[in-house]
Amino acid sequence: MLTINGLTRRFGRNTAVDAVSFTVEKPAMIGIIGRSGAGKSTLLRMLNRLTDASDGTITFDGRDVTALRGADKRAWQSDCAMIFQQFNLVPRMDVVSNVLHGTLNRRSTLATMFNLYPQADIHRAIDILDRLGIADHAPKRAEALSGGQQQRVAIARALMQDPRIVLADEPIASLDPMNAKLVMDDLRRIHEEDGRTVIANLHTLDTARNYCDRVIGMLHGRVVFDGSPEQLTTGVARDIYGADDGFSEASTSTSIETLERHAQDAIRAAEAVV
Amino acid sequence: MTVGQAGVARVQDVQAAYMEMTRRKRLYGMVMLVVFIALMVSGFRVADGRNAGGFWDGIGNIFQFPKEVLSEAGEKIANLPGLMVKFLPSLLETLNIAGASTLLGAIFAIMISLLATRGLAKWPRLIGVFRRIMDIMRAIPEIVIALVLIFILGGGPVPAMIAIAIHTTGALGKLFSEVNENASLKPVEGLHSVGATWAQRMWLGVIPQVAPNYLSYALMRFEINVRASAILGFVGSGGIGYDLKNAFSWGQGRYDEVAAIFLLLFATIVVFDQISGHYRNKMIGKG
Repeated sequence: MLTINGLTRRFGRNTAVDAVSFTVEKPAMIGIIGRSGAGKSTLLRMLNRLTDASDGTITFDGRDVTALRGADKRAWQSDCAMIFQQFNLVPRMDVVSNVLHGTLNRRSTLATMFNLYPQADIHRAIDILDRLGIADHAPKRAEALSGGQQQRVAIARALMQDPRIVLADEPIASLDPMNAKLVMDDLRRIHEEDGRTVIANLHTLDTARNYCDRVIGMLHGRVVFDGSPEQLTTGVARDIYGADDGFSEASTSTSIETLERHAQDAIRAAEAVV
Repeated sequence: MTVGQAGVARVQDVQAAYMEMTRRKRLYGMVMLVVFIALMVSGFRVADGRNAGGFWDGIGNIFQFPKEVLSEAGEKIANLPGLMVKFLPSLLETLNIAGASTLLGAIFAIMISLLATRGLAKWPRLIGVFRRIMDIMRAIPEIVIALVLIFILGGGPVPAMIAIAIHTTGALGKLFSEVNENASLKPVEGLHSVGATWAQRMWLGVIPQVAPNYLSYALMRFEINVRASAILGFVGSGGIGYDLKNAFSWGQGRYDEVAAIFLLLFATIVVFDQISGHYRNKMIGKG
């Protein structure tokens, strides 16, 4: 379905993504992990064609995505939704309008400039918001919502695109643990219920373990691990993050359970000392 | 009603309410559009009615004057470099007027803008007074101030410089005070907490935040002032405007001089646009 072959991106003398190759045969939920600067974001941005590749190809259903230009490229972007760390909504517009932006590629520029959308689209936007549990916020301005709610609006915009692939660039990095769980649950549902491929950059190992069918680890722009979550041992994780023995998975975690476990360990250790 | 039905009903409520809001917004949009078109049409008709010659009769001739200038300048194209050298001293005088007035105006604009910004002003009750002062400075056309000053002080570059500086203070003061409003108050509070005076808080807490925007507005104002000081040459305050007026009014046979002056002015604007862009980027990169 999706084949990436030798994909490379250079910024001046730096190589952000270095000859990355992998194949996705059927819809899956894929997590990409690695420390910051490993090239995860650049990889996703190249998939969406926000950033041009320096070398290599992306092929989707036999079509060379890297060669698309103009309207074809925009049509691909509409098929390949992107979710950002900072949500990237239009803050002063209402929630439904932000969700309707997902249809921009299909509508004429003039109609959308006057905010004229078909009633069916408006109803579908509110249905999607309801599915994500935030229909009550429909008429509010996006900036009036909390971070977690804004990220769910961004997911709704992505769903409005009716995409084949959903890319998520650190979708939970600026959210608290509770909202992070809600957002990850939503992304998992998008994969399970709609059968869409979800590719997410994640900064925590346990999120990748809990939610993904397949994990890709990157270091210095190269793929250094590609396998199932079960194969992702602490030793492998150390290699991916280039860390030493002091590295513990709990220290990168933001999930509530792991943190609690961590805190209990600390308390037990303290009690033992006393 | 089951839970599922209740959920569906709730979503339908949200949909109905949102559609109602959308319809209202569209109605307002339509009304605004109709009013806009009506104003455009009626305004145009009034203007056309008052016009001495009539718009539709005159529109065909719109390119005649530029054509005449260009064709004459084209015939004497060999003269252009020499003429440009000849007018260089008056260009420098014009730039001098513009530079001095921009600098003077910007200094006063910084002071008055800080005094007229909510949250920063030294005397919050006098904000309105300072704003009205800026309004007055903007409202009086430069040429009126220049004519009055020429009457008092006699012709020359100084009245033009003062006239442009007054207008610049008003215009930049307004722009600067909008920039100030977007500055973060946290550094100012930090300096307040160590016992800094108002001037110290402004100079050390606000100016570093707003300096890049100040610079780009001031440089744009400098461009405008180059043109303004050229225009003031028409009323007798020297510079390249005086030469332009002579070249125009002598009429026959001097359009090559007009072309040379326009080329000089155009080149000046381009050069300063490039310089200002370069320094602004440098400043942002550093800050």
